[in-house]
Amino acid sequence: MDDNKKRIKPYGDTLNDGKVQMSFTLPLQAGPEASEAGKMLAEQMGLEEVDVVDIKDLGEGFCYLILYGKVKYSVDRSQVRITRVEMETMSYYEVNDFIRNKIGRKVVVVGACTGSDAHTVGLDAIMNMKGYAGEYGLERYPEIETYNLGSQVPNEVLIKKAIKVDADAILVSQVVTQKGAHVTNLTELVEMIEAEGLRERFILVVGGPRISHELALEIGFDAGFGRGTIPPEVASYIVQKINEREGDSNGSYDQIEDGSK
Amino acid sequence: MQEKLKIDKQLEKRCRNAARSIADDIQSRIEGYTTTAVERTVIRTLGVDGVSNEEIPLPNVVVEDVKRAGKLDKGAAYWFGNAMLETEKSPQEIAEAIDRGELSLTSLPERNFKEIKQLIDSRVAETVNKIEGSREARKDLQERFNLGPKPWLYVIVATGNIYEDLRQARAAAREGADIVAVIRSTAQSLLDYVPYGATTEGFGGTYATQENFRIMREGLDEVGEEIGRYIQLVNYCSGLAMPEIAIMGAVERLDMMLNDAMYGILFRDINMKRTFIDQYFSRMINSYAGIIINTGEDNYLTTADAKEEAHTVVASQFINRELAIRSGLKPEQIGLGHAFEIDPDVEDGFLLEVAQAQMVRQLFPDCPLKYMPPTKHMTGDIFKGHLQDGLFNLASVMTGQEIQLLGMLTEAIHTPFLHDRALSIENARYIFNNARHLGDEIVFKQDGIIQKRADKVLSETAIMLEEVAEKGLMGAIEEGMFAGISRTISGGKGVEGVIKKGEDYYNPFLDQLKEGLNI
Repeated sequence: MDDNKKRIKPYGDTLNDGKVQMSFTLPLQAGPEASEAGKMLAEQMGLEEVDVVDIKDLGEGFCYLILYGKVKYSVDRSQVRITRVEMETMSYYEVNDFIRNKIGRKVVVVGACTGSDAHTVGLDAIMNMKGYAGEYGLERYPEIETYNLGSQVPNEVLIKKAIKVDADAILVSQVVTQKGAHVTNLTELVEMIEAEGLRERFILVVGGPRISHELALEIGFDAGFGRGTIPPEVASYIVQKINEREGDSNGSYDQIEDGSK
Repeated sequence: MQEKLKIDKQLEKRCRNAARSIADDIQSRIEGYTTTAVERTVIRTLGVDGVSNEEIPLPNVVVEDVKRAGKLDKGAAYWFGNAMLETEKSPQEIAEAIDRGELSLTSLPERNFKEIKQLIDSRVAETVNKIEGSREARKDLQERFNLGPKPWLYVIVATGNIYEDLRQARAAAREGADIVAVIRSTAQSLLDYVPYGATTEGFGGTYATQENFRIMREGLDEVGEEIGRYIQLVNYCSGLAMPEIAIMGAVERLDMMLNDAMYGILFRDINMKRTFIDQYFSRMINSYAGIIINTGEDNYLTTADAKEEAHTVVASQFINRELAIRSGLKPEQIGLGHAFEIDPDVEDGFLLEVAQAQMVRQLFPDCPLKYMPPTKHMTGDIFKGHLQDGLFNLASVMTGQEIQLLGMLTEAIHTPFLHDRALSIENARYIFNNARHLGDEIVFKQDGIIQKRADKVLSETAIMLEEVAEKGLMGAIEEGMFAGISRTISGGKGVEGVIKKGEDYYNPFLDQLKEGLNI
């Protein structure tokens, strides 16, 4: 690989020009001092040839700056590591077949947007009948029983519900955050479940635009799904994980007959 | 004035008739009841405030004392007035004595009702005068300073810390905001009491307390004086303590209150009877205080599809308006809500939004419409989001909306940063100024996309309202006819606080409000 392509830098209009745009507020009145302070900050962030292209006073001793600059640093592509959920993505039909053949009972999933988050768009995309990006949501899966608790659900309510319906998996969606509240909230959920000695009972999945699998593992979830995740990906993960936990012994055809009521 | 859209008068009449019968039915079902929250409000008007050692508000302590004895059906004011006569103590001293367990209101000898009424009525009249004072003060200030042209720019602050909120609110006012709403802390609506004092910690918002109201009011008056504009203050008159919030807002001169007929029932699972009773009373207080209520129809569209379910919004507007009028609210105090939530990928989506906004403008010409920004289809792409907000602003100024809750480009990411708010004010000011009189130039094409869309939505609205009228609103909610959410009449939170009034029920505040409002 040619060295220019091995090391990655932002692109403006020439490869490796490192051009970035940035904007932020400073607790200073707009003026030459604020402009210079903004420039110095940008330089400390690793920018060169910093240009403050706009500065606006916001009142109460604040101002807003828009800047451009060139990043000094670059990233070695061979050093980039990504943590992804390990699974095989199945289709809607394959997931239902998998449940019938290998698990032999309905899979129960409880989902909620917890804490202060009122944005159910992510949760609904995964759970609602209609689904997302042309894929049906979990509610539509005949072999999955779903409970969508909606927005601003306290962690204790979510746990109670999961126990009551004997859930296999708990889905938590976190979209909008305030001062990192989403992480605090998620951590609290895991702690509460652990405190009740229920950690092994549930598969814990978190999703949201600011969620990575890595973050999910770090705070004690089983899996994390980020932006653009489609329902069958979540479904595939859950059923494979159940199968892995329960072992193949559960999946005999006899039991399927019993379970089909 | 020439009508921009043709509204089918027959359909409109059907809608109004159905809404009237829906509201009458609700009214007849709540008339004979009071709630613990209503009774706490009455106790507050007598001058009881503060909290116990365990942080329980004293109005809760007082009402709980009567409720425990099973005697709330007479009204808390009766027992409290009796205790004032018997003990010759001040209201606050009596509340404190109850808290210490030294006094129980219902175990004292009972005095003559006439005597009680005389004492309590004059006490309550003092509070009613105070509310009038706030209303007059607002009127004076609004005469001295301008309110700014409509659509008014409405922004939210939500830091959790009232002092930080104030700082952000003042900055927003300087940038051009006309209205500031302090978002409440998560799930405050489920607290069956009102927290006390100034608060500096909250989740996703800041607690609504009387002291927090006072701090914001004072700060906004100050900045308003400087910039020569009256800045309107908003909070949330909803949830289990709805009427208590109303009385606090009335005294501290809030200008608007979010107060929807069905929000708490559908989205917070609060018992419907409790909600309708509390709401009727709260709306009377809001009415008397000259407060503009904002209804919450926008919320339906965050769960249901905005294109398919547009008629549910209009149906709810008709119902909200009828219920509000029964509480004495004047049309100009009824800010009916709706939202710009159609999927941006829909071809001609903007036309559909304009059709809806123009239609409700013409259906409710005397109500200040509250227009809510895109939220559901906002993403991390802040640049596209800023454009979506721009289109929202254009639809608003074109159709004469009045209360414009500004969209934030970071809607899908975090609660607004200082500059998010500044950018969104800049966006709105630019578009409102640039297209100020665009609406005056427009008449919509007969049989065009916009006219047809309006016809369709209105006819669906009439059908829905007639179906709701037939089932009754409570039955319709049970069947999940709004926002696709079903709630039962006897279920939900706060149902234990609904109490049947006795024959000799006494509520001096209610009586005086009714008299003042002529209802």
